[in-house]
Amino acid sequence: MFNWRSALALVLMASAFPTYALQAPRYGLGRTPTPQEVAAWDIDVRPDGHGLKKGKGTVAQGQKIYDVQCASCHGTFGESNRYMPVAGGVRKEDLKTGRAAALRDAAGIRTLGTKLNYATTLWDYIYRAMPWTNPQSLTIDETYAVTAYVLHLNEIVPATFELDERALLAIQMPNRNGLTTAHGLGSVKGKPDAQGTLCMKDCVNEVKIASEMPEFARNQNGNLAGQKRPLGPMRGIDTARYDAGKPGAVTAAAASSAAPDPKDLLTRNACVACHGLTTKIVGPGFSEIASKYHGRADAETYLTKKVREGGQGVWGAIPMPPQAAISENDAGVIARWLVSGAK
Amino acid sequence: MRASQAGRVIPAPENHFPVSQLRLQRRNFIRGGMAASALVAGAGASAQGGGSTLIPPWTRSLGSPVVATGYGMPSKYEANVQRRQSPGLTPQPQASISFTPLQNLFGIITPSGVHFERHHSGMPTVDPEQHRLMIHGLVKRPLMLTMDDVMRFPSVSRIHFIECGANGGMEWGNVAVPTVQYTHGMLACSEFTGVLLSTLLGEAGVDRNKGKFVLAEGADGSALTRTIPLEFALNDVMVVYGQNGEMLRPENGYPLRLLVPGVQGVSSVKWLRRLEVGDKAWNTREESLHYIDLLPDGTHRQYSGVQEVKSVITMPSGGQKLVGRGYYEITGLAWSGRGKVKRVDVSVDGGRNWQSARLQEPVLAKALTRFRLDWSWDGAPALLQSRAVDETGHVQPTINQLRAVRGVRSIYHNNAMQTWRVQRDGEVWNVQLA
Repeated sequence: MFNWRSALALVLMASAFPTYALQAPRYGLGRTPTPQEVAAWDIDVRPDGHGLKKGKGTVAQGQKIYDVQCASCHGTFGESNRYMPVAGGVRKEDLKTGRAAALRDAAGIRTLGTKLNYATTLWDYIYRAMPWTNPQSLTIDETYAVTAYVLHLNEIVPATFELDERALLAIQMPNRNGLTTAHGLGSVKGKPDAQGTLCMKDCVNEVKIASEMPEFARNQNGNLAGQKRPLGPMRGIDTARYDAGKPGAVTAAAASSAAPDPKDLLTRNACVACHGLTTKIVGPGFSEIASKYHGRADAETYLTKKVREGGQGVWGAIPMPPQAAISENDAGVIARWLVSGAK
Repeated sequence: MRASQAGRVIPAPENHFPVSQLRLQRRNFIRGGMAASALVAGAGASAQGGGSTLIPPWTRSLGSPVVATGYGMPSKYEANVQRRQSPGLTPQPQASISFTPLQNLFGIITPSGVHFERHHSGMPTVDPEQHRLMIHGLVKRPLMLTMDDVMRFPSVSRIHFIECGANGGMEWGNVAVPTVQYTHGMLACSEFTGVLLSTLLGEAGVDRNKGKFVLAEGADGSALTRTIPLEFALNDVMVVYGQNGEMLRPENGYPLRLLVPGVQGVSSVKWLRRLEVGDKAWNTREESLHYIDLLPDGTHRQYSGVQEVKSVITMPSGGQKLVGRGYYEITGLAWSGRGKVKRVDVSVDGGRNWQSARLQEPVLAKALTRFRLDWSWDGAPALLQSRAVDETGHVQPTINQLRAVRGVRSIYHNNAMQTWRVQRDGEVWNVQLA
């Protein structure tokens, strides 16, 4: 039966939307994901509760996990500013106003507590990406516990608090009213807020330098002579002269020596995120490893293997994840350094 | 010859010699004109062969065979052209940034090997055979796609820039870094090949009534997530596997990434594994704790994606030294996240007077545009600036015009004009004007 109303609706829809939205699949590629696949990957949690997972954890439980798995990077009280501090800066009145007053101060610190608008985002990020060297290893309940503890470090919930999915949605963050989308940078058609001046002649009266590279910083990014191709109309400036005589100045020859520096490898491969030079962080300190294996005949081979494959149980229950990205050769350099005393 | 002049452009025929050899000849010339004259006079005669020093060894020997390297590398003399980190910027190299060496590049295409990098949890090694792209949420037909599937869809190739939102972020308050690699090097431009996101969302049957946003998620350890408004997603966003004629490099998202043209790089999610259509924005960590712009009143701008009109002179630029007076080509790059670059003006006197630069074709929307201007340097101090205008009429602001609105703490979206001071000795340094 021909129906004028549906025909008109179809024409209107076809003109308003690209027709593909209405059609059967055009290319017939791919398959339907299984419910298990969706459940395993679809872990995002939104402020409106979309994706929220059922579970719970207390501040006290969270502290136990945090001290072992998080404090090495974020500090015992969440104060470490190597990364954005996860605690600090929140004032009592912020909880009422929903605007972190610290952000108005020119020198005010920016922290998770003063910036974040919704606690669901904190939960989402811990669950998907933390701990940094071992992401997606926390259970849902552990994630609630760690989230509760971080909220407590920011004085948003009391020490006795238990966080569950309903409580998470209800958390009022100190900066919940501090973010705005009223600007021109969210859309291609947005209106710019800072417009330059199109003038071609005698545009300014006086030209004054307000800021320039101080001499002590001119070699901070390395010698610029080696950062420009030595061909063509310009050369890189030899900036080594600005560092001559400074303590710890590295000569170009020393910097390019062929053998990899074990300490450089430890930094580059993030070993130092979990191991201190002499003391335990998450895993044992390097000198502790050195003394444990001192004198053992196969120490170098054994440690080369351990560096790459990780393990659990030798130093406690926290596992060291495998470090497949470290080459056999580099692992050997680290192992030899450990065997020779880790100095 | 003074060491500081080692880079002088030497007129022919002397430029046939390496500088080291030339120094020796110059010295000979000064010490006793006879020997040097003999050498020059002899040049024509011995050029016939017989082991003349005027004929370089590579002319007098057999070179390497083809396929000496199955995948070619730059000349060993190009070793200075490297991505670099800026010290003190990040505490861990796995959550760090490396900068494109713009001072060494020509044209508009960034060689894939020096494309800047930004990882949040290190670079994963993704097996393309096991990699999957899931499309779900407000769609009629959720899809699980293998790389084989993705690469069977109709493809497009487009040239676009990617610029990190934090490019220039170190310079909001004052001059902080010496060269264009560090001031502007979170920038690259490539020819990308892949499938339009609109094609994939069409195949999945996106709900155009309820669906307003797409969440993109990476397969790396940070499982990085960003919200893309459907306005962008159905326009020119691509799901990309090809970059400059080959597959994406691992550090740029191999085997699959999103490309959101004109929008800050974090939205072009690398190692893309999931797209979820939803009715609300997600407020992810990278859009609520980071990549938000702090204003003087303590408010943060959220979802500030568009990279506005911008330009910078790459030669001459900070950390370089002009090799003598005379003719120079001032050249640089201009771009806009809102479309094509319409015009670039250049000043050599700190913004008093301006001249329009030549734009190199092709001038493409949301791509880098190369500009050039002839200049004769008389040896006097100069202040070089460039100012771009895009097709929407937006004029690139000065740093002070930006600060007047946004203060100095916003980190992101610094599209200010850059000033390079040329000193009497030919050295070029980064400065900001009052």
